[in-house]
Amino acid sequence: MSTRETTVNTHCQTCPAYQNAKLHRLGIDVSNFDYAIALAGNPNTGKSTLFNAMTGLRQHVGNWTGKTVARAEGAYNFNGKNYKVVDLPGTYSLLSTSQDEEIARDFILFGQPNATVVVVDATRLERNLNLTLQILEITDRVVVALNLIDEAERHGLQIDVRALSKQLGVPVVPMVARKGVGLEDLLGNIEAVITGQYVTRPHRVKHYDPRLEKAISQLATQLEDQFPGLPNTRWVALRLLDGDPSIEQAVREGTLGELSGVGRSDEVLMLQTA
Amino acid sequence: MRLDELQKGQTGVVKALHITGPNRRRLMDLGILPGTHIEVEMKSPLGDPVAYRVRGAVIALRQVQAREIEITLDVPSTEAAENVHS
Ligand SMILES: Nc1nc2c(ncn2[C@@H]2O[C@H](COP(=O)(O)OP(=O)(O)OP(=O)(O)O)[C@@H](O)[C@H]2O)c(=O)[nH]1
Ligand SMILES: [Mg+2]
Repeated sequence: MSTRETTVNTHCQTCPAYQNAKLHRLGIDVSNFDYAIALAGNPNTGKSTLFNAMTGLRQHVGNWTGKTVARAEGAYNFNGKNYKVVDLPGTYSLLSTSQDEEIARDFILFGQPNATVVVVDATRLERNLNLTLQILEITDRVVVALNLIDEAERHGLQIDVRALSKQLGVPVVPMVARKGVGLEDLLGNIEAVITGQYVTRPHRVKHYDPRLEKAISQLATQLEDQFPGLPNTRWVALRLLDGDPSIEQAVREGTLGELSGVGRSDEVLMLQTA
Repeated sequence: MRLDELQKGQTGVVKALHITGPNRRRLMDLGILPGTHIEVEMKSPLGDPVAYRVRGAVIALRQVQAREIEITLDVPSTEAAENVHS
């Protein structure tokens, strides 16, 4: 299944989005990537559809039967840079994860992607912003893909994309992933966020209580000693204070962040969960 | 009343979650918090679990969970809640 250097035209010659493409889909060849991108979002928002549009792969897309249960990887080239894309299972939250969702949570938290694309369902925006805001708490390299715009329009919904982007402090790109609409715009924004051309100002809740602040710092320092190089130790500390059992267990067993390694060479296309 | 008493065709508004810790967090992450409109979508043959429609998505809850959620019954109306999805 060598799809390397397949030009996008083989897939959709009539789609205007692909005509002047700076995009080359690289399929499963993730050998020499410059940047790693994570696709996160609630279940069934079109992450795998978007992943396929970016990479040229055919990761299974579906309503319930085809849902992503493990992460899949692919790649594309845009403006001369190679991007590895990681398609994650859908999750409602980084805080109260089911077992399926832990793969996504661990990658978003500890995988250190260069950018995280949060794929949101434009017809269920309120629900989808829960995860979006949680992700904005831990990283400022975020682009929101406002997907299913066609469905939203069908239901008479209009979204003020500029206002949303301003409030979230990150780019918001309206998309119809199934038709490739908005794809170039998304890739351009990913590039801009990674290179710093677009300076994000992620919306965050401020913790003012100095006692909480002190407890977080103390715990975070201990975590850094225990797990050298672990990203987002402040977030982990906050979870411990909150009594999150899955994080507690991972700390106790020393497995925190284990699933995450972005650059490991032994990656396979589908990492099945046991 | 409690959510597990809600019948098909009825809509309620969440008043309080009588539950603490991770389970409370989970419910909130699923979009169930005070003020949320909630509706019975489908009951399984034995009545447990029940599928509820919440903020445009369908979420299944077991009776033991539904029992912890206090709601007020909506006055019946022809206007179908705040949900755009039917
Ligand atoms: N109308 C419309 N449907 C879309 C669009 N993008 C995806 N879909 C459909 O939405 C459904 C779910 O798409 P997936 O790509 O599997 O969603 P996912 O986010 O990967 O789902 P999980 O892996 O289960 O979280 C499929 O039926 C897609 O064809 C879009 O832009 N418009
Ligand atoms: Mg998927």
